Amino acid sequence: MSRFTDLFMGMLGAAPKKPEKVSERVQKIMFLKYEDKDRYIKEKLHARAHHDVSHKWRNRRWAVLIATNLLFVLSFWLDIQLLEGSLTASRFAGFHLIDLNSALQVMLAHKHIIVNLFIGTFTVFLLWVLLGGRTFCSWVCPYHLVSELTEKLHLMLVDRKIVTDHEFHRGTRTVFWALFALLAIVTGYTVFETLSPTGILSRALIYGPGLALGWVGLLLLFEVFYSRRAWCRYICPIGLTYGAVGSISPLQITYHVEHCFHEGDCRKVCLVPHVLEVTVKGRASEETMGLGPDCTRCGLCVDVCPTGALRFEVKGLSKLL
Amino acid sequence: MSENKPAPAKKPAMSIEKAQKARRKFLHSAGLTGAVIGLSLLGYIPVTSAKTPRLRPPGALNESDFLSSCIKCGQCVQVCPVQAIKLGDLKDGFGVGVPHIDAREQACDFSCDAVQCILACPTGSLTYKKPGFLNIREGALLAAAPILKAKEKDAEPTLNLKERIGVARLARPESCLAVQGKGFKGEARSGSFKGKMRYMDVDRWKPIPVRDHPYDVPLCDLCVRECPVKDAIALKPVKGADGVERMTPVVLEPCVGCGVCEMICPAEPAAIVIDAQATWKEA
Repeated sequence: MSRFTDLFMGMLGAAPKKPEKVSERVQKIMFLKYEDKDRYIKEKLHARAHHDVSHKWRNRRWAVLIATNLLFVLSFWLDIQLLEGSLTASRFAGFHLIDLNSALQVMLAHKHIIVNLFIGTFTVFLLWVLLGGRTFCSWVCPYHLVSELTEKLHLMLVDRKIVTDHEFHRGTRTVFWALFALLAIVTGYTVFETLSPTGILSRALIYGPGLALGWVGLLLLFEVFYSRRAWCRYICPIGLTYGAVGSISPLQITYHVEHCFHEGDCRKVCLVPHVLEVTVKGRASEETMGLGPDCTRCGLCVDVCPTGALRFEVKGLSKLL
Repeated sequence: MSENKPAPAKKPAMSIEKAQKARRKFLHSAGLTGAVIGLSLLGYIPVTSAKTPRLRPPGALNESDFLSSCIKCGQCVQVCPVQAIKLGDLKDGFGVGVPHIDAREQACDFSCDAVQCILACPTGSLTYKKPGFLNIREGALLAAAPILKAKEKDAEPTLNLKERIGVARLARPESCLAVQGKGFKGEARSGSFKGKMRYMDVDRWKPIPVRDHPYDVPLCDLCVRECPVKDAIALKPVKGADGVERMTPVVLEPCVGCGVCEMICPAEPAAIVIDAQATWKEA
């Protein structure tokens, strides 16, 4: 199977595999890395000592996420009519924008597509083909931000052995995607939207809070006390939809095996650690590798990596620059 | 991360511990799936047991089509000049985030002149013209495009609205001031009432709070006076039980169900109400 198919299957829930063939160049890099053990350790410690713990990408991402959601809120409250609607569907300066998963649910439930629905969906489709992967998740979705904060609480509790993290099979998200699509077709209602914390939070921010926030609270409690980031990791079909659409995107985080000491800091902070499986010693087959469609481009790994082995890159462009 | 399915035969057999772990993970995952799908289907309960239908914004499709086609974005809420449109909450099940109007609190008075909520709707939940495959309920279709009183002298006096969203009904004739032969003086609703309305004699474009527009009428005719649609309601004489001839509001075919009569009615509770999603029946 090609690397693309492997990554795609990985997004659907397949376990990461060891590469069948490692390129000669990578073999050479790995050989050189471990040739002189003392030098290797020294370099490793040096990199660590000189690593400024930065939150560059996290801060940028939070700024974008907050600004986007604030633009929705202010557009309504100050009536500046710049970004009308909410995250499920909106108009930016008059242009229709429609969330792909919401659009899909409505199309399947109602079985009728009007021009505006098509235009809005297509615009957003193009946007995320360009921006890539699950960028929507970590750069736009308000639930992502809230659960990123409660995730810290969860990790703290795990650290103190007060709670244990219960992992589910990642394939459940694919099952949910299919089930919610099927439910929309069969029942004729957009069943998923009833539970979607993205829609609920977006509407609560713009149109005021309601009972539905209680559901979001329950989800967060579940994530804090039972399973780390359960909604984003195992349930949310929005992420899978965007992942599939952004799988061919030129924007990605790339891994450079040459600079990596395989310490695994990146995998600890990652929301979808299976995409970072390449950073495990012996798992990289090429010198540089894109992280694949399930990566949310949150940049936490980029921030945490002491050696710069992980970078934001535009496919094909980095060589030109 | 381990796989759920048993290891292929050629590989060494999975250790008992590992197999148990995989099995537990599979069961947990199946449990999670069942629980989330089960919870999402709870949304059916409010939909099937809805006893009082909700008043939907103008141009709304029939209820079940409306619920299925609404993308819950609230753009209709944003364009409404009197903020008549509210979004459903979790207790509405599949109707969470779906718009409705509480006429007594804030009716649709067509302040926008052009039913802009329909224009704003990206999915056709609110529509000027229903697609052919969706049926039109008998009596929902308006006989003619409703004439907006505020636009009566314009070149295009009608509202682009084909179906009514409800029908007004004199629910409590005994509390109707006109039926009692009484006039009305003062604010139509209590001083704390937040509802707004566009008064043509004040400003055709700017709605003002109802409490800022007091009345002094010898015989209460607020519902007829403020009805935004031409010939939708009229005061007509009736003979009371005591043999005395009195006036009573009579709802006519052009009524679109906007709810202004219900909002403006000074009786508490309102003598005239909107039957949401009701259709026109010849008396």
